[in-house]
Amino acid sequence: MSSLERSDVARLAALARIDMTDADLDRLSGQLAVIVDAVAKVAEVAGEDVPATSHPIPMANIHREDVVRPSLAQDDALAAAPDAEEGRFRVPQILGEEA
Amino acid sequence: MAIDWTRKTAAQMADALAAGEVTSVELVQAHLDRIAAVDGTVESNSVHAFLHIDAEGALETARAVDADRAAGVELPRLAGVPIGIKDVLVTKGLPTTAGSRILEGWIPPYDATVTRRVREARMPILGKTNMDEFAMGSSTEHSGYGPTRNPWDLDRIPGGSGGGSAAALAAFEAPLTIGSDTGGSIRQPASVTATVGVKPTYGGVSRFGAIALASSLDQLGPCGRTVLDTALLHEVMGGHDEMDATSLDEPVPAVVEAALEGAQMDLTGVKVGVVRELSGADGGYQAGVTQRFEESLDKLRAMGAEIVEVSCPSFEYALAAYYVILPSEASSNLAKFDSVRFGLRVEKPTVEKTMLATRAEGFGDEVKRRIILGTYALSAGYYDAYYGSAQKVRTLVQRDFDAAFAQCDVLVSPTTPTTPFKIGERIDDPLAMYLNDIATIPANLAGIPGMSLPSGLAPEDGLPVGFQILAPAHEDARLYRIGAALEASLTAEWGGPLSAQAPELEVAS
Repeated sequence: MSSLERSDVARLAALARIDMTDADLDRLSGQLAVIVDAVAKVAEVAGEDVPATSHPIPMANIHREDVVRPSLAQDDALAAAPDAEEGRFRVPQILGEEA
Repeated sequence: MAIDWTRKTAAQMADALAAGEVTSVELVQAHLDRIAAVDGTVESNSVHAFLHIDAEGALETARAVDADRAAGVELPRLAGVPIGIKDVLVTKGLPTTAGSRILEGWIPPYDATVTRRVREARMPILGKTNMDEFAMGSSTEHSGYGPTRNPWDLDRIPGGSGGGSAAALAAFEAPLTIGSDTGGSIRQPASVTATVGVKPTYGGVSRFGAIALASSLDQLGPCGRTVLDTALLHEVMGGHDEMDATSLDEPVPAVVEAALEGAQMDLTGVKVGVVRELSGADGGYQAGVTQRFEESLDKLRAMGAEIVEVSCPSFEYALAAYYVILPSEASSNLAKFDSVRFGLRVEKPTVEKTMLATRAEGFGDEVKRRIILGTYALSAGYYDAYYGSAQKVRTLVQRDFDAAFAQCDVLVSPTTPTTPFKIGERIDDPLAMYLNDIATIPANLAGIPGMSLPSGLAPEDGLPVGFQILAPAHEDARLYRIGAALEASLTAEWGGPLSAQAPELEVAS
């Protein structure tokens, strides 16, 4: 596994929806490369025959009866929204700037 | 001379309330006064354990408890005993930020299950305690609202992420607090502040309403100054909750009974395993940490316990596995902070640009590092090498624990390799920061319960050293039995609790 490059960090930041200035990339890229190199050792130890564990305590899915139960009131759900209109979350334009 | 109630244990406060020797209003006011005197602000370089104080709400609960008690109403054991809640738990009507600027000013519209249980136990909530942003850190320096300082030495870190909850206890600002432990965020702060903290078995306490960091690792737990106090809070918090699909459908372990049994100081027949890989035997641990650990083993031996050495070879890979799994899960969990439904919005012409700008401004560096690391580990072409491998390491860690617990009842180690370091010392070196949790992380990977309790002060610097106890899943009670025994033995030698030896804090006029 190769180390993380500055351009990789820029691409990952865009995927994760975090704007990064050149200064951010300068600061974080080096640190991230060190961390990635350190954690790469996870691939050294476990062979094909070792099963993966996703969850510490084995559990089955939980089901309940499909009946309507009280939920958060609409006003409460919207109370902390940065913007709301007519009982809905309001967001800036979704499609491209020219749309 | 008037009694200083803030110096009492929660159990003593509960007994005094029941006996009519004090009122809940008096207890709450004493703690509010203490907070006003020593907690200060970031600017004043004070303890700064609390992000938000709810004086009126706490006093209102206290008044209602006092009235009910006067009227002869039957009350829960801890009714009227004040508590602080880590800011990771949502509290209806009280600001909740998880230490992040992206949630500044957010007032949750509902209570976490544990918040509800605290309210049902009639415990006045003093306020919300400081933490590393989204619980990412081991020093509380990554809080978006400035660091908490260690009451033992204000130039040093109180641990993290739950530094606020631990420092509040050590500064006598609260007798009990709630923490969350994803890789050691309850136990490591307890270790460096000479307090007690427990990470229960995964699923033992509902996570509903706890702002998620890494869902397969997170567990809420109790923090106190004594093992018994911690047990009393554990029983308030624990138990099945249908709102959390990972909640264990089984009774809360009888931890209070176990703590009382342990205080009898008889460990005849108990087998205690020292994990070679976590013991510092291979070097790298501070001398005073190793010394206090060895002395605690002697105490256990003197009470009848048999000490054996066990080896968990795959623990060498635990830290790496943890720093793949945690960022992966966190990168997914933190996608919800998208500027749409709650929290910060930095308005831009399109929603995508708004999200990019909001997350850039709202998240701190450590959060950004981990989100990017997780996004990388989960991306096509790297998934098997990182995330897949880390999940296999998780299996190996579990197998090591299974083999170790086949030879003994509990495992022990120093909680952290060193006493608390200076604020700023490791902030620019993420890997050095991650190493603080080397001994606590394996328990989270395996879902087993763990406790840290004080084992003394390191002779070279006079700062607290923590002793960690680990038990098999569902066997939380063993932590309390062994922990209470060790606490009783050490307290007898010290002539009182270690917390009483903390230096006096400067009181604001």
